[in-house]
Amino acid sequence: MIPAPFAYSRASSLDEALDLLLRHGEEARVVAGGQSLLPLMKLRLARPERLIDIGRLDALRGIHRLADGRLAIGALTTYAELLDSPAVMAYALVTDALPTIGDVQVRNRGTIGGAIVHADPASDLPAVLLALDAELVARSAERGERVVPIGDALLGPFTTALERDELLVEIRLPQASGAYGSAYRKLAQRASGFAIAGVAAVLGRTDAPPDGAFDDVRLAVTGVGEQPYRASAAEAALAGTACDAAAVATAVALVTDGIEVGADIHADREYRAAMAAVMATRAIEAALERPR
Amino acid sequence: MDDVAIRLVVNGRARELAVEPRRLLVETIRDDLGLTGTKVGCDTGQCGACTVLLDGAAVKSCTVLAVQADGAEVRTVESLAPDRETLHPLQGAFVEHHGLQCGYCTPGMLMAALDLIAHDPDPDDDAIRAAIDGNLCRCTGYQPIIESIRAGAAAMREGAA
Repeated sequence: MIPAPFAYSRASSLDEALDLLLRHGEEARVVAGGQSLLPLMKLRLARPERLIDIGRLDALRGIHRLADGRLAIGALTTYAELLDSPAVMAYALVTDALPTIGDVQVRNRGTIGGAIVHADPASDLPAVLLALDAELVARSAERGERVVPIGDALLGPFTTALERDELLVEIRLPQASGAYGSAYRKLAQRASGFAIAGVAAVLGRTDAPPDGAFDDVRLAVTGVGEQPYRASAAEAALAGTACDAAAVATAVALVTDGIEVGADIHADREYRAAMAAVMATRAIEAALERPR
Repeated sequence: MDDVAIRLVVNGRARELAVEPRRLLVETIRDDLGLTGTKVGCDTGQCGACTVLLDGAAVKSCTVLAVQADGAEVRTVESLAPDRETLHPLQGAFVEHHGLQCGYCTPGMLMAALDLIAHDPDPDDDAIRAAIDGNLCRCTGYQPIIESIRAGAAAMREGAA
């Protein structure tokens, strides 16, 4: 399978990449690792007139700690590099999710930024980042930098809030804290590894309430709706409880509340919704087991 | 579209060529450079038969553009036994432990295993299984391949000692 012809521009600096996007953003696609885009181009489901290759922009690669303790991850950081980073692996749910993404070869090429902007409705990292309240840093040549919470960035299947001239440059995670437990659990489609239903859970006690209740509960779901989403009704049902079995059962029944649950050859609506509840239960139970 | 000039170091040898932007790395390896040890199985990034090392990391060369590899070092299965007489210890282990029947997946299995052994010289079976998650075999069965990689890693440790 051969992609349709395209023009090729390799950016040698961030400014050059942003200039290329400004000039060609309407008809161009950005390529980094290419592990999502190239298969689509080979199937000719994507036919960009131009590829802007940002793969050499080392300034967008790597992980560092910001002064306020948050973790900043360059958009070009590969899954393999994330797996090698103790600072990243300190987030237990990231440790759960990363090894299940693609395979070794995909993880050697695929990037965290690519996973976000590709915005596959069933991919793992967007759900994990939603549960972590991650922020995205986008840059454009004319408007400079802006920060977008990931919840505002995921708009639909393969659709984000990034403008045509904008490049995702960095992902920021709140500091990992001992007051939180977290986990990611998914039912994977056996051949592709993508989530039929995947749930990321973060359970926190921000001011150590005496009754052991969790006051910061976040549940993010992927593979189920049009895009990864926060299950806010389920979160509200669980917040203020100690996450005992009855509270968890009540909450997970709400995990697809208000969501148009998808159906395909792998899972019909009823099965997918049921599996979302099962994965939510497992993610919550695993998060409770983690050190807090 | 205009060809793009690229430079690669393939199995230690510098190569310069001009490629169409849409040319896949595996096409450049097989058709432009004549190194047909690297196989195309599925051409969709799933089977791993086209696995090569790109700057030391296993990648599926059907899912990398040749222009993306410009300036990189590429290692293919041909590099393992350069004199075509003495097999690499990993190849010897595949022969010894029946790690192949038709052999079509073997170049990819070997290159994926080399990426693993570079990071983990003494991998356990779980690590080996995880390392070849992206490589499909349709005839041998995976257990002899796992045994071959385990034995190959041991032979490589002995060779390095």
